[in-house]
Amino acid sequence: MIRRAGPPLLLLAAAVGLWQLVVVLADVPDYLFPAPSAIARSLAHDSRLLASATAVTVREIVLGFLLAAAFALAIGVLLHFSAALRRALLPLLVLSQTIPTVLLAPVLAILLGYGIEPKLVVVAIVCFFPIVVGTVDGLRSADPELVRMMRTLHGGRLAIFRRVELPGALPAIFSGARVAATYAAVGAVFGEWAGSSAGLGFVILQAQPALDTARIFAAVLILCALALALYALVTLAERALVPWQREAANA
Amino acid sequence: MAQSTIEARPGETPATEAGIAAAGLVRVLGGRRVLDGLDLVVPAGGRAGIVGRSGAGKSTLLSLVAGLAEPDGGTVAVGGDATAAGRLARCALMPQRDCLLPWRTALDNACLALENRGLPRSEAHRQVAPLFARLGLQGAERLRPARLSGGMRQRVAFIRTLCAGKETLLLDEPFGALDAITRAELQEWLAAALDAEPRTVLLVTHDVEEALLLCDRVHVLAAGRVTLELDVDVRRDGPRREIVTSAPFVELRERALEAIE
Repeated sequence: MIRRAGPPLLLLAAAVGLWQLVVVLADVPDYLFPAPSAIARSLAHDSRLLASATAVTVREIVLGFLLAAAFALAIGVLLHFSAALRRALLPLLVLSQTIPTVLLAPVLAILLGYGIEPKLVVVAIVCFFPIVVGTVDGLRSADPELVRMMRTLHGGRLAIFRRVELPGALPAIFSGARVAATYAAVGAVFGEWAGSSAGLGFVILQAQPALDTARIFAAVLILCALALALYALVTLAERALVPWQREAANA
Repeated sequence: MAQSTIEARPGETPATEAGIAAAGLVRVLGGRRVLDGLDLVVPAGGRAGIVGRSGAGKSTLLSLVAGLAEPDGGTVAVGGDATAAGRLARCALMPQRDCLLPWRTALDNACLALENRGLPRSEAHRQVAPLFARLGLQGAERLRPARLSGGMRQRVAFIRTLCAGKETLLLDEPFGALDAITRAELQEWLAAALDAEPRTVLLVTHDVEEALLLCDRVHVLAAGRVTLELDVDVRRDGPRREIVTSAPFVELRERALEAIE
């Protein structure tokens, strides 16, 4: 772990050091481009505000992500079982990805108001696609020889799904979920920008006219940390649910 | 004979009179007649070996017998039933690759067929675990396939096939992926296992010696039909080295090899 994290951390520290040096030497004002030290000051100074905003955004991210995962799994399984539905719906799902979420967010705010609902929907929409694709691909990639073998062992359609296809699809489903985890924070911010009175996206919106650039950077830093944390959680869940994969890699 | 613990229906012997019967079997794949008028009879409880080159149609034959595919001509019946569903209900297939599910332990893999039939896992364990002990796999029950050697994996795959409780076992190059030493070891193990759990067996292999060691009748498959049938009437007790170098065995092997070429 330490050996893997070492090189990127070292590079990051060097970049932050260089950033601080350039800003201080060139005497760049904080409102144009704050030094890392100014961001750290903002984190400490605004900690109350940032903490309550973070709590709001975390709720949106986690609930939206879970919503997306539940729908994506259900629809992925449905598409797996119905070839007709797959042919009809999958191209439309791909097409729907060309609609920019930034534009969808204001419409959702009009539709659903200024509470948590439109944010959940935005987060769920950006997270849905990678998980549903992972589910459909994972379920379809089952080894046909395993399926043949199962059929000669009294394996009906449901038994093949439960005992072969679904466990075999878990790695692909988790790959999709990991990608989705990195989108969730951005989705929450878009949702908040379209209309909100709390959250990290709202903090950024408010700090901008005040030229409090350091606070914007502080909020962005927290958003990155949230995305990373969700990614780590998904990875941990995968390790717990797909233990045979690590075993196979170590064999 | 030891009473099987995993019979499909208690009180009924796994083997019925009919065994496997194929007549004039034709199968066309990609415009090629892979099977071209194949005739084959395996009596119930018999052990038939099918030998031939790669691409001679051996695996195609197994798919047809298993009821996983329908012939383009001719008929094939297992236990007197010529429908695909009927054949599927009577055959268990052991593929060349062990096809163990990596997320299940060895014992759970062997329990697949029983679980598929609706038995709770604990009950399936109770029925299959004694077989692990009897067939020399004790200690491997809780290991996942990634921790098992190639030979152990094939043994688990065979027990899984056995536990389907079917009267007919279709073995598709079961030891094809193993090294020579493990292979010889497993051939002896399989012979003993089949003595303990008798079934009608159709063994497909490209290894003539393997077929002669394990089967009582060997069919040479060439150009989509059976071109030679050999009754294996040689003594097969004693050390393997003596069996395979005995004059009658060598003669059978030479005749089979000649027919393959």
